[in-house]
Amino acid sequence: MSLVNLHQVHKYYGDHHVLKGIDLDIKAGEVVSIIGRSGSGKSTLLRCINGLEQYQKGGITLDGKEVTTDDIQVRRLALSVGMIFQNFNLFPHMTVGENVMLAPTIVLKKSKAEAEATARAMLEKVGLAEKFDSFPEKLSGGQQQRVAIARALAMSPKVLLCDEITSALDPELVGEVLKVLEQLAKEGMTLILVTHEMNFARDVGSRVVFMHQGKVWEQGDSKTLLSNPQTDELKQFMGAVL
Amino acid sequence: MIEFSNYDILRNLLFATQWTILLSLAAFVGGTTVALALTAMRLTRNAIMRTLVRMYVELFQGTPLLMQMFLCFFGLSMLGYEISAWGAAILSLTFFTSAFLVEIWRGCIDTLPKGQWEASRCLGLSFLQTLRFIILPQAIRVATAPTVGFSVQVIKGTALASVIGFVELTKVGTMLNNATFEPFKVFTLVALIYFMLCYPLSLYSKHLEKKFNVSR
Repeated sequence: MSLVNLHQVHKYYGDHHVLKGIDLDIKAGEVVSIIGRSGSGKSTLLRCINGLEQYQKGGITLDGKEVTTDDIQVRRLALSVGMIFQNFNLFPHMTVGENVMLAPTIVLKKSKAEAEATARAMLEKVGLAEKFDSFPEKLSGGQQQRVAIARALAMSPKVLLCDEITSALDPELVGEVLKVLEQLAKEGMTLILVTHEMNFARDVGSRVVFMHQGKVWEQGDSKTLLSNPQTDELKQFMGAVL
Repeated sequence: MIEFSNYDILRNLLFATQWTILLSLAAFVGGTTVALALTAMRLTRNAIMRTLVRMYVELFQGTPLLMQMFLCFFGLSMLGYEISAWGAAILSLTFFTSAFLVEIWRGCIDTLPKGQWEASRCLGLSFLQTLRFIILPQAIRVATAPTVGFSVQVIKGTALASVIGFVELTKVGTMLNNATFEPFKVFTLVALIYFMLCYPLSLYSKHLEKKFNVSR
């Protein structure tokens, strides 16, 4: 049974046709890397999946339920979809611990003790247990991104959406974030990532989706597809990024 | 004819200053309350609410405060609502203050990254929860200095209430001038008292600004 299903999704920004009929089916436990040039619609696609962007035609279902941008819908979605952003988007006025505890306390109505236990466990998982009382600005980019992952995990999502989460990091910090993702993938978490990390896509990912001009141009098993691209566009793209 | 000593003048002016302070406080409290509600309305995705707020701001920023006071005082009485000078002054100053504060606060909220809203939404926070836990705590830090700075405008704005007959500092100043024919002395004292009310606020606003900039 598919966890995320997109059926002929069209998205316009005014006259600009960004997504031109996307079909995609993602099963639980898959690690799907969405690659493609900037402007090909990858981030928009990701943002449609959790209702941050409205699509105009077609349908998206998550766990069998339809996705819309309706506020109540989006809040219900948030219970099963986590999202990590390129710029972390941590709450700067709260400590790391408070960042992770906030949503479990006020959305899931967990007790403070329970939320704190979850938060500590999640921070442990991303290797930042000792930063519980630090403020985000005191952390490196890589650490901030790991806190953002812990914050999303604290809501025990069924799927994590990662929007170019290593693109704003210094090269030497990329590894620590990817290691956390790899660990999550091993544990069976469903990951959908927009990424430029081809090695990660090949080694950890189960599937690669190549987007071009608002369409899914080519997709398939990550190792096969990346070592043996079929379309000229993907060959060109691979030549440009590698 | 009664003779007014310097002491009498000062005593009367200081007594009237209480009313200026009281009117300023009332206008400021009323203005911030209304501005808070308007700010929340403006942040919703409801286009009608946002347009209403914009019209409100345009209306009260785009017309002189004095005309607003006249309309509140004389206009409401003509419509059959008896309103005291005190009531009309508070009402119009509340409109005035809130219209400016909404705009000041809008600027402060707009400086927060859009990602703060998106992250909150993705974590399942409702609009009001996002405002309360994420946006307001951050916006208040940015907004305090300009808000305190604007309170100076409110204090000076209360002087206009003298025109509709509310007896505050300026009104008592004119009355004393009529009795003593010493405009220079009387109005210098009036100006000095306004300055002593406003200057500490300006200083405090600057101090807050610096404090905020350092801690960033």
